[in-house]
Amino acid sequence: MMRLNVNGAVHEVEADPSTPLLYVLRNDLKLNAAKFGCGMGQCGACTVMVDGKAVFSCLTPIMLLEGRRIKTVEGLGTIDNPGPMQQAFIAEQSAQCGYCIAGMMMRAQALLESKPDATDADIRTALEPNLCRCGTHMRILKSVQRARELMKSASATPVSAG
Amino acid sequence: MRLKHFLFGLLGVVIVACAGFFAIAWKSAIAPIRPLDRTSFDQALIHKGAMLAAVGNCTACHTQPGGRSFAGSFALPTPFGTIYSSNITPDPETGIGTWSEAAFNRAMREGVSRDGKHLYPAFPFDHFTLVSDEDNKALYAFLMTRPPVKQSPPANELPFPLNIRLVLAGWKLLFFNEGPFQKVASESEEWNRGAYLVNGLGHCGACHTPRNMFGAERAGMHLAGGQAEGWSAPALNPSSPAPIPWTQDSLFAYLRQGWHADHGVTNGPMGEVTGNLGLLPDSDVKTIATYVAALMGTPSPERQQRGEQIRKKIGEDFVLASARTDTPAGRGAAIYQAACATCHDGSRPLPFGGINFHLSSTINAPDAQNAINMVLFGLPAASGRQSAIMPGFAAAMTDEQLTDLLAYLRETFAGQPAWPDVAARAADTRSGKFQVSVRPSDGIERGPDDIGAQDQ
Repeated sequence: MMRLNVNGAVHEVEADPSTPLLYVLRNDLKLNAAKFGCGMGQCGACTVMVDGKAVFSCLTPIMLLEGRRIKTVEGLGTIDNPGPMQQAFIAEQSAQCGYCIAGMMMRAQALLESKPDATDADIRTALEPNLCRCGTHMRILKSVQRARELMKSASATPVSAG
Repeated sequence: MRLKHFLFGLLGVVIVACAGFFAIAWKSAIAPIRPLDRTSFDQALIHKGAMLAAVGNCTACHTQPGGRSFAGSFALPTPFGTIYSSNITPDPETGIGTWSEAAFNRAMREGVSRDGKHLYPAFPFDHFTLVSDEDNKALYAFLMTRPPVKQSPPANELPFPLNIRLVLAGWKLLFFNEGPFQKVASESEEWNRGAYLVNGLGHCGACHTPRNMFGAERAGMHLAGGQAEGWSAPALNPSSPAPIPWTQDSLFAYLRQGWHADHGVTNGPMGEVTGNLGLLPDSDVKTIATYVAALMGTPSPERQQRGEQIRKKIGEDFVLASARTDTPAGRGAAIYQAACATCHDGSRPLPFGGINFHLSSTINAPDAQNAINMVLFGLPAASGRQSAIMPGFAAAMTDEQLTDLLAYLRETFAGQPAWPDVAARAADTRSGKFQVSVRPSDGIERGPDDIGAQDQ
């Protein structure tokens, strides 16, 4: 039995301690935002945040994560009340197939939480480990730039989900 | 009166000494030339220069990652501060476009720029002084025919008095032996060619020889293991940490293609080195292997035997030590099994699978730095080519977990006690107090036959 803090709530999970976090998130906790892409830490679809930093959940065994803060896209906001990162991605309509987007949002979130004034070049560099095969990179970059401005203004007004 | 005489005498000595120092330290400018017509260089000479530039790995320091070739501004971290490389494209204003061949030769041989300024030994003129006139001629032809780029490096970040270039004249007096390569008559032609490439243009000692407190390579410690850009460069003499001793053949293959089944893949700054050496004629790579293998010497019977035992162990099925939570190595065993073993004890062979740690020079090394760098930062993929890769675990693993993991790896795969300072080193490496250059892997032009690489 391991205790994992995910999106502020503590979960007791039965999984073997060597299980990758991604499997526990999706199969045990039914948090399906993070995706399985390559399983080798090379595509970024599984990216989540641990203690404020982006990690590949597909190759992080949960035994490393006891007592640490895990955050997934589900922790950024809800359908009715999306957070700034989610609002920005909706507004820019960044998703083509959408498979990479959860990972993109989490890596961008980790960047902007540690560096609210990240430059456009910082954003490009930070997102480098995350791949998109549809070619929506420019829209993803615009979304993160928009999220940066939204996160800076305290009065980020939620947009309706559509 | 005697005191007065003494003082005058002393003053005289000081003046003469200063005058003498300035006479040595002062280097005149060499007159600028008009930019040369690029077509005036012989094509064969340019090609030869390209090969030589690959031996010298010039691009590694003189190109910013993602920047224009040879345009400089690459930040080289040294124990004294950060030095930014110069622009060696033929741009007349910001590069070496106004340098005559004589000025270029002087820079290589004496470490002095065209305008007479002493160059920092981050530019390894202590090695390049060995380069022959003919080879400098070819290098000059190659560099002067590169596309000119207008770009000036930022100012070096060095504390006083190191920011005064005249200090370097003193450094040279103490540590620099100017002069061409001397053949050793008792050795073969191949050995001599290897020695010339390794100790001259190849400047292997710049990383693989330990340095003294003034940043000069220590006499008598030739290629005994050094440091560069946050990595420990292993010894290339009999104290090589390789579990299976290197041979001339394995060195050749490793330098030629960037990996070897007994030793793993190149990483850190060495990836660029083997990437460049792969461009050379095989005959030149062979001479380097010949010389380095000779330097390492014939391994002792005990070492040979240990190598054979390791080969046997790799053939056997690995039995995992029971993971206990009450010892560092026990906790590390569980981490190894969960996070590392899939690749490092998997069915996929090198170079695309991870190295079996029984073979790892990194785990057998005298210090933990390379192991820490690898776990934290991994091995970034080569751009647009097949390559070995490893994901970094910096954000996933705490320093305590890293300490446990390395304790296990040391004990199990090197049969040695844990390194004592992993947590402190890891903290400094993470914070950037200890700077590490993380470089992509050398691309693999052709993998082993059984993993889907395409035959030509």
